[in-house]
Amino acid sequence: MILRPTLADLKTVGYYLGKIIIGLGLSMLFPLVAAIAFKEINPAYDFIISALICLISGKLLILLCHTDKDPNWVQGMVVVSLAWLAASIFGAVPFYISGHWGSYLDCVFDAMSGFATTGLTLVQDLDHLSRAVNLWRHLIMFIGGQGVVVLALSFLVRGSAGAFRMYVGEGRDEKILPNVVETSRFIWIVSIVFLILGTLALAIVGRLEGMSWLNGFFHGACIFMAGFDTGGFAPQSQNILYYHSLSYEIVTIVIMVLGSLNFKLHYTLWLQSKKELTKNIETRTFFMTIMFTFFILAIGLSKLGVYPDALGLFRKGFYQLISGHTGTGYQTIYARQFIHEWGDIALTALIIAMGLGGAVCSTTGGIKMLRIGIIFKALYNDIKRVMLPEASIFIEKYHHIKEVILQDRQVRSAMLILLCYLGLYGSGAIVGMLFGYPALEALFESTSSAANVGLSCGITSAAMPALLKLTYIFQMWIGRLEFMSIFTLFSFFAAFVRGK
Amino acid sequence: MRNTDYTDLKGRLHRFKSLIMTLVTGSWLLVTSVFAQQAVSSIDLIERARDFDGKEVVYQGEVIGEVMNRGGNSWVNLNDADNAIGIWMDNNFLGLISFCGNYKARGDWLEVRGIFNRACKSHGGDLDIHAISLKKIREGKVIKHRLVPEKQKLAIILSGVLLCLLIGQLLSRKLKRK
Repeated sequence: MILRPTLADLKTVGYYLGKIIIGLGLSMLFPLVAAIAFKEINPAYDFIISALICLISGKLLILLCHTDKDPNWVQGMVVVSLAWLAASIFGAVPFYISGHWGSYLDCVFDAMSGFATTGLTLVQDLDHLSRAVNLWRHLIMFIGGQGVVVLALSFLVRGSAGAFRMYVGEGRDEKILPNVVETSRFIWIVSIVFLILGTLALAIVGRLEGMSWLNGFFHGACIFMAGFDTGGFAPQSQNILYYHSLSYEIVTIVIMVLGSLNFKLHYTLWLQSKKELTKNIETRTFFMTIMFTFFILAIGLSKLGVYPDALGLFRKGFYQLISGHTGTGYQTIYARQFIHEWGDIALTALIIAMGLGGAVCSTTGGIKMLRIGIIFKALYNDIKRVMLPEASIFIEKYHHIKEVILQDRQVRSAMLILLCYLGLYGSGAIVGMLFGYPALEALFESTSSAANVGLSCGITSAAMPALLKLTYIFQMWIGRLEFMSIFTLFSFFAAFVRGK
Repeated sequence: MRNTDYTDLKGRLHRFKSLIMTLVTGSWLLVTSVFAQQAVSSIDLIERARDFDGKEVVYQGEVIGEVMNRGGNSWVNLNDADNAIGIWMDNNFLGLISFCGNYKARGDWLEVRGIFNRACKSHGGDLDIHAISLKKIREGKVIKHRLVPEKQKLAIILSGVLLCLLIGQLLSRKLKRK
């Protein structure tokens, strides 16, 4: 029997949602400070207004729904899924007031793309956007990469079982430290240390490549936030092509790869064993899938003679591949070049790489390396079982921080998520095709949004149909949260209708 | 005989003069037609990159971001309102640029004549234009952003609402304690 949610359930959801909205409002103080520092008066007011709207709405929710109860599993999941919607709706307010987006739907699209670390954008005249709004675009990627709820857990919610339920709901199922709040704080410490180092590295490279120190640091901070969180926004309309710099591309590759590694692996590498990097199933799978997809991509590009030499092929092909595989979406070619020049083989390789994604408990989207590794281990196991005598007993293990025995339930869970992602990529592609886009282009854009990548072959633009924008928003949302909390949200609403 | 020679020479000179005139006029027409070549849009350059590859093109756009100096040459990105394309130019051209487009300025509108590369061999496969000549079409300018009064009013109203909420919360807490 399905139980209809009670008023107490709604109050718990509303209370924690209110806290998260307040957290979002407080995070708008960073671009506000930037607006004041860069003497951008209108953007400063944009952020004052947006922050006030968040604080008022959050406070109202807390007052109306005040509770001392911890959220249970269902409530935790509902809070998380609604929090991401709320973050996109409230986070879009500064975009809308800035006047650089065509409609509020476009603003919500970009806000969801930012929070979900996708990188698809509908912004207009990006090259004349204020620094404050530009900073906000990148900051929401930094917040979203670590997790909207992780942010709230770190600073606004006390450590409890309810906190863990929300943490899991955000698509993370691994605790780095025993306490979930400590885990959240560790994630922020790692990210902030890398932010300082990465910004410095990019600023120095930028300066050496002819940028001013001010622009070097500003671009460095923005590019790091979007790169480490595998987002893909950039301060200029040409994305990474703007810099015309090999050094900049190398540094961003390092940042993208760092962002796609498991935070637990970061922890182990920092404090325990460096050997983990070569032993871990995720890094091994990641290395193999990069090699495999790059091999196919290189065949495709060389067959068509897209680039004049091997360096050009490597620089363009490998960069887009790493960008797609890590789920970042940084581009050093124009969107339509994928379609007009790359050909079907290279595009297919890139779509596969985008669909696979990076590590679990990282900032990437997609199916993820641990699941791919587990599925391949299980396949290998089954083949071995056929080959060996029937009476033989063997245990298959894999290394992920520690030695883990491969069990059927892990394989089942990995397969289920794999199927869900394949379904999501496919359904988005069908919607794209219904709007008249060719199959491969529709699949490319759909995979890019559902796996939170952000590479575009040109479909994503302010002129695309509103229904397709909504489809991609939905894909980015469900892809980032890895299904479970969204399914719980739907069940929660269904229980209102069918529950007793 | 001498008269005939003179007439013949005169005729030859006339023909030579006509030939020179034709050549000069032809060259002038050719040069002007090249210079008056219609600017190609960024969309055309990207969509039909193979057609334009290695050819001389004329492209117009606004200077955006900043000029990035790389030794004797520099990168300047020109945006024609659809896309920005990187222009690799000699530093001697930089004197023409006075404004780069950003939030606070409208950049100079330049016309560049140069060789278009679909996948430039010297720049790691970038789609770019190597400038041969440069012309400023329109000078950029500083953009003055005036405060929108409605924003100020809205900020004051919202601050008031938040203050009322906080006072209300404080009062209700006090009442509960009593």
